Amino acid sequence: MAKRTFKVVNQSVTKLDAIPLALGKPLFVADFKPADALYAKFLWSPHAHAIIKSIDISAAEKMPGVHCVLYHGNVPRIAHTTAGQGYPEPSPYDTFMFDRKVRYVGDRVAAVAAETLEIAEAALKAIRVEYEILKPVLSIEEALQEGSPVIHDEPEARAIIPVPYEPQKNIAAKVGMDVGNVEQAIAGAAYKLDNSYYIHLAQHCPIEPHVALAHVDAEGRLVIRTSTQVPFHARRITAQVLDIPVRMVRVIKPRIGGGFGVKQEVLIEDVVGMMAWRTRRPVFLMYTREEEFVSSRTRHPERIRVRLGADPEGTLTALSMDCISNTGAYGAHALTVVCNSGSKVLPLYRSANVHFTGTAVYTNLPVGGAYRGYGATQAAFAVESAVDEFAETIGIDPLVFRMNHHIRSGETSPVFAALGEGKAGVQQSIGSCGLDKCIKLGAKAIGWKKRGDWRKKKGRYRRGIGMCCLMQGSSIPEIDMGAASLKMNEDGSFNLLMGATDLGTGSDTVLAQIAAEAIGTTSDKILVYSSDTDMTPFDVGAYASSTTYLTGNAVLDAGLKVKKQILSVAAELLEKKPSELEVRDAQVFAKDGSGSVTFQDVALHSLYAANQFQIAAISSNISHKSPPPFAAHFAEVEIDTETGLIRVVKYVAATDCGTAIHPKLAEGQVEGAVMNGICYALTEQYLFNEKGRMTNDSFLNYKIYSMRDKPEMVTILVPTYEKTGPFGAKSVSEIGINGPCPVIANAIYNAVGVRLRETPFTPEKIWRAMQQH
Amino acid sequence: MSGTKTISFTLNGAKKEFAIAPGELLVKLLRRSGLTGTKEGCDEGTCGACTVIVDGRAVMSCIMPAFLVEGRRVETIEGVGDFGKVHPIQQALADAGAVQCGYCIPGLIMSAKALLEEKPDASDEDIRTHMDGNLCRCTGYEKIWTALRNVRDANQPKQA
Repeated sequence: MAKRTFKVVNQSVTKLDAIPLALGKPLFVADFKPADALYAKFLWSPHAHAIIKSIDISAAEKMPGVHCVLYHGNVPRIAHTTAGQGYPEPSPYDTFMFDRKVRYVGDRVAAVAAETLEIAEAALKAIRVEYEILKPVLSIEEALQEGSPVIHDEPEARAIIPVPYEPQKNIAAKVGMDVGNVEQAIAGAAYKLDNSYYIHLAQHCPIEPHVALAHVDAEGRLVIRTSTQVPFHARRITAQVLDIPVRMVRVIKPRIGGGFGVKQEVLIEDVVGMMAWRTRRPVFLMYTREEEFVSSRTRHPERIRVRLGADPEGTLTALSMDCISNTGAYGAHALTVVCNSGSKVLPLYRSANVHFTGTAVYTNLPVGGAYRGYGATQAAFAVESAVDEFAETIGIDPLVFRMNHHIRSGETSPVFAALGEGKAGVQQSIGSCGLDKCIKLGAKAIGWKKRGDWRKKKGRYRRGIGMCCLMQGSSIPEIDMGAASLKMNEDGSFNLLMGATDLGTGSDTVLAQIAAEAIGTTSDKILVYSSDTDMTPFDVGAYASSTTYLTGNAVLDAGLKVKKQILSVAAELLEKKPSELEVRDAQVFAKDGSGSVTFQDVALHSLYAANQFQIAAISSNISHKSPPPFAAHFAEVEIDTETGLIRVVKYVAATDCGTAIHPKLAEGQVEGAVMNGICYALTEQYLFNEKGRMTNDSFLNYKIYSMRDKPEMVTILVPTYEKTGPFGAKSVSEIGINGPCPVIANAIYNAVGVRLRETPFTPEKIWRAMQQH
Repeated sequence: MSGTKTISFTLNGAKKEFAIAPGELLVKLLRRSGLTGTKEGCDEGTCGACTVIVDGRAVMSCIMPAFLVEGRRVETIEGVGDFGKVHPIQQALADAGAVQCGYCIPGLIMSAKALLEEKPDASDEDIRTHMDGNLCRCTGYEKIWTALRNVRDANQPKQA
C-alpha cells in the first residue's frame, strides 16, 4: 500500500466545539429554556403490569398554574415505535403516547405541564388512578412459559415489515440463519463445547439526561429542540404520534450531553410537542437521573447458548449461537439488536457450518433500546468466552486459536448475506483488516508471553491476563443514507450543513476535516451546522457506527464538487483550463507557475464580478457495505482470593479503524467505550425487587467509574486503508465497549481458574465461584 | 414570590443581590440568572456536573441551598475564561482531545481549578482523589487525566 499523505485528515486538529464547551457557553437544550416555559412532568406507573381501571385528572386540571394534563383519554391512540430507525421501522408498533395498560414500573400514566416544577409535581399527586394489578412477567424464562400473562394483548400491536411477531407468546422478534449443517458437524466433531451465558441489563448514563424544549413558532409550526441522535426520525415519529403533517414539525439538535444509543429513541418529544401544540406555550421537560434509569432505555440482556465443534487438528467446524434477548415492556430495537448479536460477531471466525437464532421476548421490565455495541456487546461476551474455553479444551493458546481462525482481507462470511436488519443482509468481502497486527501489538503491550497457568498461581492476590477479538460494522448497508451540503462564502470559508448528529463524538470536526481535505483548505475554514430538519439535508442520524463512513463519503463528494466549481472560476480568473490548475492551501495555482488566486479571490469573483453563481454542492451517500473495524483487547486483572475483590491493573485496546481521521478523537472513542465496558463488566447492574421495581436508581448505588477507578489504559490505533471509506476510514465508536466483558472473564479464569458465565463479575460472584471450585 | 429572601454574594468577582425562594438550590439560582454553564446531571450530588467554587472550595451546587452562599465568594465557569482569555485548564483539555460531549466539562474544570489553585503541585494521587466526584461517560478519563497533569506540570518551577 502506497503511503498516503494527508494535510488535514489524520491530524488531531482542535475539536471545533472544544473551547466553547470548556467555556460553558449555552449550547445544550436546557440552556435555551425561556423564562416563561412550562415544566412538564410524568406520572409513572408504580406497577409492573396493570390495567388503568379509572383515572381522574379533574383535580389536577383545576389547580392554578396547571396548563395541560395528558393521559390516554385525551390524546390520539396511535400505535408506533419509539425506536429511531429507518422507515418502515423494523421494531414493532406496540407503543402509544399513553395507554390504558401499563407494562413496567416507570411506564407512562399521565403527564402535566405547569408554570413551575413544584406545581407540576403537586398536580401529579392530584391525579387519581385505580389499577387492576396483573401478574408481572419478570424474566425471559417466565415470558416464554406456556400460559404466561400476555404483555401486548392490544389489537393494534403489529410488525410493519414482514418479520415474525408473536405478541400472544410474548415474542417481539425472531430471526435465524443456517449455513451448512451445524448439528451434523457437532455430532462428528473431535472437540465440542456447549455453554450458556447471561449478560445483564444496564443503562447508558449520559451525564445529560433526556431533555427537550418545544414551542409553536409565529407561523404555527411546532419547533422542538431536543437532545437526540436522530433528528429526522424524531421529526417523523413526532408528527406520526401527534397526527400532524411532517412539515408542521421542526426538530433542532443543539449539542448533546452524551447519547451512547439511548438518544436514538424518540422518548419525550411527543409529549412536549403535544403540550406545546395544545397550550401554545413553550414546554420544557428534563428527566431526573432516576427517570433516566427507570423510564428511558437500557441494554437488552441476553441469554446465549454457544456451541462449537472442531476437527482433530483443532480447526473450527461448527459455530452455533442461540440468543434470547429481553426487550422489556416494549420492542424498541428488539429485532435489530438480536440480529446484530449474530451479524456482528459470527463472521469473525471461519467455520463451514454456522447456526444462529435470535428471539426477543417481552417482559414487564424497563425497555431495551439501542446501546453502543448493539447486540454485539452481548454476543461478544458469549462467543469470546467460549472461544477461550474451547482453545483450552483443544490444548492451544487462545491467541493462536484466534489467529488461526479470524477472517482476513479478501475473505467473506455467509453471515453477511444472511443477516440484515429486518431483512436479508448484504454480501460483502472484507476490505481492510488489521486484526493480526492488533493481536500482535496488543499481546506485546500486555505481556502475553508471561501469562502463566492459573494452577501454578499462589498467594492471596493473583493476577491473570485475558484477551478477545472483536469486529463491528460501519453503517447499515443499503439502508442508511447521509447527505451534506457545502457552500462557499466571500472570505473563502465554507458552510457545511449536515443532518449527521454529533453526540459528543466529534463527528462535526471529523466531517469538517474530510471537507477541508477534499476541497484543499483547513478545517477551521469549515463552519459546521448540524442538525436542524429545516436547514440541513437528511441523515439517518448517529447510530450503527455510521457517521464517519456514511456521511463522511457524502461530505467528501460534496467537497470534490465544490472544488471543481472553484477550479472553473479560477480558470476564468487565470485564463487557464481547469486541468492546468491545482489547489493547495486554500489557493489555486497554475501548474506552470504562471499565477495563482486565493479562495477569497475565487469566492468574491463568483459572487460579485462576472458570471455569478453560488459555489455550492449537495451530496447524498448510501452505503453498499459495512466494513468492520477490528480490535484485539487484553487485560490484566488482580483478584483478592479472600474477598473476590477484582481490580483491572492494565487494559490494552488495539483497534483497526482504517484511517483515523482524527487520531485523538478516535482514541477517545476507544477509551470511553472501554471504560464504559469495564464498569459494565464489574459494577453496573439493575437491582429489582419482586415487583419489578428498580431499587438502585441513582449514581449512589449504580456505580459508574470515576477517574479514580481508571486502570492503566493503552490505546493502540492500527492504521489500515479501507478503500470504500472516506480517505480510508472505517468506524470506531462502538467496537470498544464489546471487549471488557469477555476479556475480564478470560482474565479472571487465568487468575483463579473460575469461569464466570454471567455478568457482572462482582466480588461476591467471583468469591462464590471460587468456593465451589 | 411568597417567602422570598434577598441574599448578596460575590459572583465571579462582582457583588450581586438576588431574591431567592425558600429552599432554592444554588444551581437553580445560577441557571435562572443566565449562568447556564453550570450543568445539572443528577440533582442529588452524585455526578459533579454542577460543580462551582465557593470560597475556594469545589462544591456541588445542586445540593447547596442558595442562602448558604450569603456573603461568600462564588465562582462559576463563566468567571473562569472566555474567548481570547481561555484558562490554561480549558486550553489543556481542548488540546488533549479531552472534550467530547462537554456536558461534564464545566463542573470538571471547576473541581480541577479549586484543586490546582490550592495545591499547584498536586500529586497524581491528589488529582485522582479530588476528581472522583466528577463523572464523565464519554472519555474514559484518559485524556482528561493527561490534560490535568499537563496543567499541574506547567505550574511547576522549571528545574535548572
